[in-house]
Parts: sequence; structure tokens; C-alpha cells
Amino acid sequence: MEGGLSSSILWTLGPVAISGTVVTTWAVTVLLALFAWLVGRRLKVEGPGRLQAAVEGMVDLAREAVEAVLPGRSAQVLPFVATLWAYLLTANLVGLVPGLHSPTRDLSATSALAILVFLSVHWFGIRAQGLRAYLDHYMKPFPLLLPFHLLGEVTRTVALAVRLFGNMMSLEMAALLILLLAGFLVPVPILMLHIVEGLVQAYIFGMLALLYIAGGIQSQQPQPER
Amino acid sequence: MTDMTWFTSLSTVAAALAIAVGVLGPAVAMGRAVGQALDAIARQPEAERAIVRTLFIGLAMIESLAIYCLVIVLIVLFRNPLLEYILPR
Repeated sequence: MEGGLSSSILWTLGPVAISGTVVTTWAVTVLLALFAWLVGRRLKVEGPGRLQAAVEGMVDLAREAVEAVLPGRSAQVLPFVATLWAYLLTANLVGLVPGLHSPTRDLSATSALAILVFLSVHWFGIRAQGLRAYLDHYMKPFPLLLPFHLLGEVTRTVALAVRLFGNMMSLEMAALLILLLAGFLVPVPILMLHIVEGLVQAYIFGMLALLYIAGGIQSQQPQPER
Repeated sequence: MTDMTWFTSLSTVAAALAIAVGVLGPAVAMGRAVGQALDAIARQPEAERAIVRTLFIGLAMIESLAIYCLVIVLIVLFRNPLLEYILPR
């Protein structure tokens, strides 16, 4: 089975193997940056164009979602979470293009994203409440729970990576198996499911990252009403 | 039967059993979660947005249990690390 669990290697650059995942990731990054630059080049307050109105709608949607979880802090966290959403959305759906694989069906790509989330939880947490107060929350409600806090940090990061990877890979593999068993054009319904699943998984990954960051920021304060 | 035959047949049976048993729990949990969420929406339609958001996150958490099973099954089927003890080098 072609590339059963890991991505195929396109070429090697010295000791570094460049896999298809890396190339697709680069392409998605460049495309998104180019798109953002093109849209942001000429913004108008009076009479915005169709594209500007559409993108503004998306940004507003993301800001509302962040604002619902972290009231008053959305300006700080929104860039990271919205970038995750935009990138994952594109990366999940790029697998539908014939000949391309989603970068997110590779465990190394999703692990990189999960590590980013893991680091940013501490970054935002320390920035919001200072190093001492942030480290102190690992000792709450009493110091005996420290190992469990640390274990939770690790397992939820691993879970974040494996969830996205498992979902994307299993869908692609299911489509492949149906193609092998049934033949041409039969996996199309599964590919439609792939669209829904890509959207849902991108939303969930970003939302969980947001919730973890919110947990890091608000570990001292009482949780707001959800 | 040779070692290899035992290995392949046993790992196939183990994989099928693992995914079958491993999906049972998440299936029950997901059914319960969706049922309770529908119940809550029927009682309080105005809280739909918050309920649906929490439901989706909860479903993702439950679903990841089944995904863990799937990943283990795929490792057993395609990349079994124990295979090198049997294969002649």
C-alpha cells in the first residue's frame, strides 16, 4: 500500500530527507501568505470589495469564537488560533486534490503543530500572569498533584497530534480501500465525508488549542461563564 | 504451520478484534453524548450554540479513543515492530 503510514520521500538534501509532506506544507504556507498579502494590500473602509467582505466575515467569525472563550484577550490569542484554523483548513482539504496528500495525514506534521500549541500554552500563560504565578498553578490544589499535571500536559499534546493524524489518515485510507474493492468513482461519497471531516477536525484542533491556552491564561482566575 | 503463518493470522485476528471491541465504548459514549445534547437543546433552544460547541469538542475527545485503537491496529497490520524477531535477517 503506497505510503501506508508515513509520507513518501521525494528527494534527500544531504542528511535531511524531504518528504511529500514538507513540500505540501511549504506550498500551503506560501499560498496562504500570498492570499493574505493580496487581500490585505488594498483594504477599503468605504465600499469594500467582495473578497474583502468575505475575508472580513471569516476573521469576524474567528474573533467571535475566541472572544466567547477568552473575553477581552482575543487580540492577543486570535493571530495564533486563527492561523491554526486557516492552515489546518487548507491542509486538510488539499488532500482532495488528485495526486496530493494532506500534510496532516503525516504524524510528524501534526506533532509539530501540537508542539507549537504546547509551547504557546506556556508562553501565553507566563505572559498573562508571570512565571511564578504560572508555575504555581501546577501545585494547586496541593503539591501532590504535580505529577498528574505534568502527565496531563504530555498526554493532551500527544492526543492532539494523534487525533488529527488518525482522522485524516483513516479517511484517506478508507477511500483507498473502497477504491480497491469497488472501483472507479465509487469512493466519491467518502470524499464528500472527507470535506466535512476536514472542516470539523480543523475546527476542533483550533478550538482545543484555544481552550488549552485559555486554561493556561486563566489558571489563577475563576473560569468565566461558558 | 510456520512462524510467519501464525504471525500473520494471529495479527489479523487481533486487529479485527481490537477495532471491534475498541469501537464499542466510544459508540456508546457518543450515542449518550448526542442524546443528552439533543435533550438539552429541546429544553433550552436558546443555549444551542454553547451546547453544540461543547458537544463537538466532547465528540472529538470521545472519537480520539476510537482513533487510538485504529492507529494501534494499523501499526499491528503494517508496521509491526515485533516482526523483525521472526524475519530472517
